[in-house]
Amino acid sequence: MFGKLTINAIPWDQPIPLIAGAVVGLTLLAVFIWVVIKGHLPYLWRAWITSVDHKRIGVMYVLLGLVMLLRGFIDAVMMRSQQALAYRAPGYLPPHHYDQIFSAHGTIMIFFAAMPIMIGLMNFAVPLQLGVRDVAFPTLNSTSFWLTATGALLVNISLVVGEFAQTGWLPYPPLSELPYSPGVGVDYYLWALLISGAGTLMTGINFVTTILKMRAPGMRYMRMSMFCWTALASNLLIVAAFPILTATLIMLVLDRYLGFHFFGNEGGGNMALFINLIWAWGHPEVYILVLPAFGIFSEVISTFSGKPLFGYRSMVIATLGICLISFIVWLHHFFTMGAGSDVNAVFGIATSVIGLVTGVKIFNWLFTMYGGRIRFKTPMLWSLGFLVTFVIGGMTGMLLAVPPADFELHNSLFLVAHFHNVIISGVVFAGFAGVVYWFPKAFGFRLHEGWGKAVFWCTLVGFCVTFFPLYVAGLLGMTRRLQHYDVAEWRPWVLAAAVGVAISGVGMLCQIVQLVVSIRDRVALRDETGDPWDGRSLEWATASPPPAFNFAFLPDVKGEEPYWAMKQRAIETQHLAAAGEYQAITMPKNSATGFMTAFFATVTGFGLTWHIWWMVGAGLVLAYAGFVWFAWRDEDEYAIPASEVQRIDGERRRAREEWLARNANVSEAA
Amino acid sequence: MIQPQFLAVAPLTAKAKTSLFALDPALGVLDPQGPVAAGNSQILLNALAIMLMIVVPTLLATLAFAWWFRASNKRAIYRPEWAYSGRLELIVWGIPLLVILFLSGVTWIGSHDLDPARPLAEEAKPVEIQVVSLDWKWLFIYPDEGVASVNEIALPTDRPAHFSLTSATVMNMFFVPQLGSMIATMNGMATQLNLKADRPGNYHGQSAQFSGAGFSDMHFVLRALAPDSFTQWTAEARKSRLALDESEYLALARARATSPTLFYGSIDRALFERIAARRLTSEAGPISAPARTME
Repeated sequence: MFGKLTINAIPWDQPIPLIAGAVVGLTLLAVFIWVVIKGHLPYLWRAWITSVDHKRIGVMYVLLGLVMLLRGFIDAVMMRSQQALAYRAPGYLPPHHYDQIFSAHGTIMIFFAAMPIMIGLMNFAVPLQLGVRDVAFPTLNSTSFWLTATGALLVNISLVVGEFAQTGWLPYPPLSELPYSPGVGVDYYLWALLISGAGTLMTGINFVTTILKMRAPGMRYMRMSMFCWTALASNLLIVAAFPILTATLIMLVLDRYLGFHFFGNEGGGNMALFINLIWAWGHPEVYILVLPAFGIFSEVISTFSGKPLFGYRSMVIATLGICLISFIVWLHHFFTMGAGSDVNAVFGIATSVIGLVTGVKIFNWLFTMYGGRIRFKTPMLWSLGFLVTFVIGGMTGMLLAVPPADFELHNSLFLVAHFHNVIISGVVFAGFAGVVYWFPKAFGFRLHEGWGKAVFWCTLVGFCVTFFPLYVAGLLGMTRRLQHYDVAEWRPWVLAAAVGVAISGVGMLCQIVQLVVSIRDRVALRDETGDPWDGRSLEWATASPPPAFNFAFLPDVKGEEPYWAMKQRAIETQHLAAAGEYQAITMPKNSATGFMTAFFATVTGFGLTWHIWWMVGAGLVLAYAGFVWFAWRDEDEYAIPASEVQRIDGERRRAREEWLARNANVSEAA
Repeated sequence: MIQPQFLAVAPLTAKAKTSLFALDPALGVLDPQGPVAAGNSQILLNALAIMLMIVVPTLLATLAFAWWFRASNKRAIYRPEWAYSGRLELIVWGIPLLVILFLSGVTWIGSHDLDPARPLAEEAKPVEIQVVSLDWKWLFIYPDEGVASVNEIALPTDRPAHFSLTSATVMNMFFVPQLGSMIATMNGMATQLNLKADRPGNYHGQSAQFSGAGFSDMHFVLRALAPDSFTQWTAEARKSRLALDESEYLALARARATSPTLFYGSIDRALFERIAARRLTSEAGPISAPARTME
């Protein structure tokens, strides 16, 4: 009846996951009861869960990413404290538990923290920057989000029902094959990633279509903001790379479920095939994450320096260059598998070409600051923190790209320090910068600046104190994923890293305080005009928060930085450009399709993990039924009447006119 | 389903038994003890030096630009429209290009000189050592000397060593940080590695590839010995009553646990080839405690 699932799947004898699961479960229950009692459920359902508005979906993606970031961070705290204790001692986490934690940490951080934060920010900002009203396929967008949430849910269910993979975040066979991983851990991993991977692929298709086909009038390619360019590159990579991941994982599914022999030790299986394929996806994945991050830094550095981005064309070329080259460097993840000197050298050199184009970007950011008037708001601090630390992470990456150096550093803590250095200071810093930067646009009020700076300094110092010692531990020969060790020379560095993670933890707390304080002081922090940072791209042309239709009139783009030009004209003439005649705007209707599909995908994934075949069948049939129901829908749009559009846009114009008047007085006074 | 219960493998006791002699300080790749490690480290430092030439000025420029062009500094020039300069673009592309040209040279030459499969430029005939990674211990077979050992390996300091490596189980990585290059051990394949120890010493060795629950115990001692001490070591090993034949190997492979140091006085010389060719395979059994105590 329940396949492999029995009551013993719940780890009754392990207090840590049990208590963690209970706390999370009770919190969720309490929140749900509160929502129901307060009568917020219809609002939640209407405004968020079934919303196909790219801005709402973006916010939900970011929220999911931040919650999962917290979960992944707790894993990190456990790993670092285990290693701090486990010198000539077993520590407090047995291998069975510790191995799940580092596997879950990597999986969650990449797929369910970094990806949702980046995709969320793209969702929120790209259509606004392109000057359009939504993405190409709004309901598909909602489905993508909910499928990602499904994946995150399955990974978190594994905390209390059964176990997670004990293979690392990439389940290298033969370790991930049935003989060596007979439990459900790898199956949870596989179905979580297959389901959320489908969602990510649909996001890629959606955004490539949006950027290629749905720009405002006059928004030529070479007038797009840098964030739109990097989003385009990133989504092209998603479209090209995620099918490889899906195919690879399906082959592993076939091995585990139907006795195929793609990667196992029997029947001529070859694990090297898996490792090549997974990195053929895995390396582009790194750039799927970091390219939008580069886009965010480009926006932030330009805005807060009060200058256009230096070398825009170079930046576009560099972005597309990274996009292409990222597909021909995958072998540098396994130089130590004995490929031979020519192969290793070619892949090493190809990797250094990525260093070239990234170097170009760094210099262009530098020259963007040159001659500017830099305002050190929180997003700019994150960008400066990025520039300083990312250069170090890039350098250690280039060291690892030299095969003979990699022969002594591969899989060491030096490698761990390197990829945390590039992913934290690249992707995570960008995520935080983007959240602070676009928060007023999304919610109509800014985040508290003082607490934002506290977050920045704690996170920066915590990051340095955690990972710079790990570089040293790696040079001393300490390898990754050790549950215990007895080499005295490594110990001080491991202890230092534990101190670092504690400092980062203070940063996490400041993050929560910042959110609470900002919500409390939201009236004082209100963004009246919709342009809180003196921005340059089109998202700042509309109100904060933007109306459902984003723009009453699609902007007429006449050059790079269209909003900056509009603003300068308005300041010169002391008037906003005259509004045209308001017309009714049709927008896509809400749809429960995404939520329903994901709900049944969760059921299917859980059934597949535990071999509960009736549940699999029911989940698939109902998910398909939901899709048919959606396809049969007669009305998929609703109209916002012209009067309503006029009223909403009138408010925005009034706020802007007031700002112009205030600004004029200030300049006269000066 | 019942949670697979991991039986504590008692790393402390196992370790205590192997530590009959003190390990040299594990100073890793910063303390090379052989020509390969010296070569690796040299390339590491060369590449680092090449990159620091560009990284340090970039870091300083970042901090300097950010500080000087702060909004409150009225002495700094303000060029709000400045966004392109052909000459600067040349520098922006040119400097990183030069750096990666240098680095590519280092990469190309280094990859060929330090290819793990390339025999070392040494007069002396290499010691042949066959390595099999097991769950979770290392089997070292000396086909010429006719001995084998578990979790302890010895090299003479006057000869290089040639390793052929495979895995009876999942992938592992053979790594002695102070001797240099690591190499993967993979089921159904044999990889090649050449190393040499210059000075006598007891070096920490380990698997660098996560391989399951007992991975953390998968370390070993590499004893670099003066020539006569090495002869003595093989003679001692030969005195062991244990014989490494098919059934002994299968028992070793089946016990999914770490192992104390073992020595085999006689060996089946065809064993390694049969393991690497998957003609001698063992099913993965349940995770268990050490199968045998030290003889």
